[in-house]
Amino acid sequence: MTAASTPAACAALLRRDLTIAWRRRGEILHPLLFFVIVSALFAFAAGPDPALLAVAAPAVIWVGALLATLLALPRVFADDHRDGVLEQLLLSPHPPTLLVLARTLTHWLLSGAPLVVVAPLLAEVLGLPREAWPALLAGLLMGTPALSLVGAVGAALTLAARGGGVLLALLMLPLSVPILIFGAGAVRAAVLGGDAGAPLLLLGAFLLLALALAPATIVAALRASLN
Amino acid sequence: MLEATGLECVRGHRRLFTGLHCKLESGDLLQIHGENGAGKTSLLRLLCGLSLPEAGEVRWNGAPLAGNRPDFHRAAAYLGHRTSLSGDLSALENLRTARALSGRGAEISCTEALRRMGLGDCLRLPCRALSAGQRQRAAIAGLLLRPGGVWLLDEPATALDQHAIRQLGDIIQAQAAGGGMVVFTSHRELAAGGAPVRQLHLADFQ
Repeated sequence: MTAASTPAACAALLRRDLTIAWRRRGEILHPLLFFVIVSALFAFAAGPDPALLAVAAPAVIWVGALLATLLALPRVFADDHRDGVLEQLLLSPHPPTLLVLARTLTHWLLSGAPLVVVAPLLAEVLGLPREAWPALLAGLLMGTPALSLVGAVGAALTLAARGGGVLLALLMLPLSVPILIFGAGAVRAAVLGGDAGAPLLLLGAFLLLALALAPATIVAALRASLN
Repeated sequence: MLEATGLECVRGHRRLFTGLHCKLESGDLLQIHGENGAGKTSLLRLLCGLSLPEAGEVRWNGAPLAGNRPDFHRAAAYLGHRTSLSGDLSALENLRTARALSGRGAEISCTEALRRMGLGDCLRLPCRALSAGQRQRAAIAGLLLRPGGVWLLDEPATALDQHAIRQLGDIIQAQAAGGGMVVFTSHRELAAGGAPVRQLHLADFQ
């Protein structure tokens, strides 16, 4: 009898999650469309002043990304909880922290990564100066995985709660404030010709901290929810 | 060897059972009896480490479960009320994922396990298209991939037809004959003939 290895188990879980997402591919576009619509709403509300829009663009794009990430979060563990798959994840001999990390990666691939791809389009529409694009993309590349990790902690904590969706938002949005400050701050600094490096480094540090702390927290929260 | 000593389980403000002892060695079968709500599912969840007891402890091969999780989980298989099948995936895809997560390589293939449970015609149908009985069969097919060790089965005969129930009995007996252990809850007599099935009545531990 050969024991299947942990990387193989994580890969199998990732493949399974992506297969399920593909079977429901109508839903894949939801966070992306939400992101575009929220950003467009800001633009409509702010009026046709290009100068104002360019200044507001970092805030608009980052708040849009935050809300779009939130949209798919309640589903991260809920379906598996209903089907009983979550119990099997916790009963697997493989480190559960790595399995939930694989699950969080799926969430990012389906909601965070597409946002990074369409962000230049929105930046163009909102009239964000080109020299600020690298700061925007680098920030989103580090910030959206951090949002997924923080969000997955919230999703695990609110799994057994009634009205979990609203509770999840109330829990996750305040925790996301540092990501928002450093992410939007880096773009603003780049627009004003300042140094975007420092906020980006802090954002990277926040991502590493989330990577270190979130998986174990998620597992503890899931165990508590299933107890 | 799976051993529980002095287990106490409290749900809400009710104490379901206390001072519960049980011990399973290679080849043992144990059926848990109790009224609805007596704590049969709670006991199984304690035994597999999904929940923690109010008092007492569960030991696997002499070591407490908490410090021995990977070893125990490699040897244990839990089949709960929920069949652990995703409705969007076929039975075959579900079983393949379960096998990768179980950390065990099996002698028989997932296809073969499903065929044995009479699901050869619907290997590739999404599980949400299967009937409750067929989903239960698929879940039992998952057990065939994990022979040996200890099986913890919560009402495994739910929704099964007579033929499948007999088959389940044979599978449980084969597990015992192969040196494995099975703890199960059921309101009917399962797995008669062959190795004796020990009985545990939760009413004795109140």
